[in-house]
Amino acid sequence: MRRLKLRLLVPLGLGFAFLYLPILLMVAFSFNDSRMVTEFTGFSWRWYGALFANEALMQALFLSLRIAAISATMATILGTLAGFALFRFARFRGRALFGAIMAAPLVMPEVITGLSLLLLFVGLESAFGFPAGRGADTVAIAHATFGAAYVAVVIQARLADFDLSLEEAAMDLGARPWKVFCVITLPLIAPGVVAGWLLAFTLSLDDLVIASFVSGPGASTLPMVIFSAVRLGLTPELYALATLLLVAVALALLVALRFGLAPGRAP
Amino acid sequence: MNRARWLVLALPVVWMALFFAAPFAIVFSIGFTESAEGIPPYAPLLRWREDGSPYLQLNLENFRLLFDDPFYIEAYLRSLRVAAISAALCLLIGYPMALAIVRAPARWRAALLMLVVLPFWTSFLLRVTAWIGLLQDRGWINSALLALGVVEAPVALLYTDLAMYLGITYCYLPFMVLPIYATLSKLDDSLLEAAADLGARPVRAFLSITLPLSLPGIIAGFLLVFIPAVGEFVIPELLGGPDAQLIGRVLWTEFFQNRDWPLASALAVVLLIALVVPIGLFQARAARA
Repeated sequence: MRRLKLRLLVPLGLGFAFLYLPILLMVAFSFNDSRMVTEFTGFSWRWYGALFANEALMQALFLSLRIAAISATMATILGTLAGFALFRFARFRGRALFGAIMAAPLVMPEVITGLSLLLLFVGLESAFGFPAGRGADTVAIAHATFGAAYVAVVIQARLADFDLSLEEAAMDLGARPWKVFCVITLPLIAPGVVAGWLLAFTLSLDDLVIASFVSGPGASTLPMVIFSAVRLGLTPELYALATLLLVAVALALLVALRFGLAPGRAP
Repeated sequence: MNRARWLVLALPVVWMALFFAAPFAIVFSIGFTESAEGIPPYAPLLRWREDGSPYLQLNLENFRLLFDDPFYIEAYLRSLRVAAISAALCLLIGYPMALAIVRAPARWRAALLMLVVLPFWTSFLLRVTAWIGLLQDRGWINSALLALGVVEAPVALLYTDLAMYLGITYCYLPFMVLPIYATLSKLDDSLLEAAADLGARPVRAFLSITLPLSLPGIIAGFLLVFIPAVGEFVIPELLGGPDAQLIGRVLWTEFFQNRDWPLASALAVVLLIALVVPIGLFQARAARA
């Protein structure tokens, strides 16, 4: 068995310390008895109670979860179709353009995506009266759009290690293309579909900038509420929220690993 | 078969055309309108003469202002510089991490990669919040320095360029580690063995084999950090000082505080062009190397 050399172990350890020290401090201070966010006075669960009693935050959390679930589902449908088309259809007119447009949201600065979508929604509303006003619906559409780009990447990665002979065998045995897709292709890329959905869900839950542009009055998502709270000053409630989120993500990743979803594939 | 293909393609093509491509055309055109009172706060581009014929009222003032006022040009240059330095810092920290993970025993690798990705799946905003807790005047770092007697009064760390660089490097580090890991893990070990057999010391083997062969991963990682960092809004806003006016922050202010939608659109157009040019130069240079 190879052992890691010291000159690599040290930067690896320092790198992980850099990544995790801030997070661990937040977790520790979420159990602090004092309102002071830096001096540890004693163990307490009080900030978790305060968190659940904070109505504005809880409302924003449920709104964000709803938007994330809807937009991730739309993103998964769009991204799976697009990823499949990009990987399997060798040549069609406009393939390069379509590929570029599917990849662009991955690197587009959020301020540009947010501004351009808002201007579209405003233009559509004044021309067709739809969408009437802005809120959860417009945020979900915006999130589905950039989520689809990420799902398409995950699906293409999954298709790359896909054994084509299975599909060929099914077709040789007389299955129609649609049946081949449903019985062979879809079950085999299912882990990629689930991973893509989770990725789109997380990205939607985390987005501040795009949501700030395309949301309207009365539809404040969780990041929007956190952002205005952070600007007013830190509170241990925020640390409690971060801790709960970390636990949820770690549990989800463990389940994903257990079922072989390999989230390390995500970009 | 062709009809089946179009059935698969139709939904994503129509969706992306409507919600991704069309909005850019709109931003581009709004950049040429005049700011006006009302909702939406810009004057129409297409107008009607008294005889009923249409004409275009193009307004170039927004773009002229961006190039005449040094505030905007400086913001662009500052954004490019901050993004490049942050990407370099990510490379400095991320490359040794990726190399260590590749060289680690196989059964650790998945867990180590998982540890790199885990923070990326938690809230970006709350990770930035952790850095406020670390850096503020009565924060964890200053408390530790005061307790150790290193300093007598708190050092100003938050709202500085240092805080901004730390924040960007911290948040984007996984984007650097993953692509470098991907190229390094495909590297053929026999090349390093051959170098060792021929008497090359590990440092020499690294410089002449591992580093050049991992260049595609370095470039991919650099771009994945650099591009989003140029338009970054949250980190300079929460950690940077009032003079850390990066272009994403300027656009945000023009839009939300000054309600100048045409100027914000012009900024978005120029930002897009400002991003495409350095990336083009970078790739042209990478292709020549």
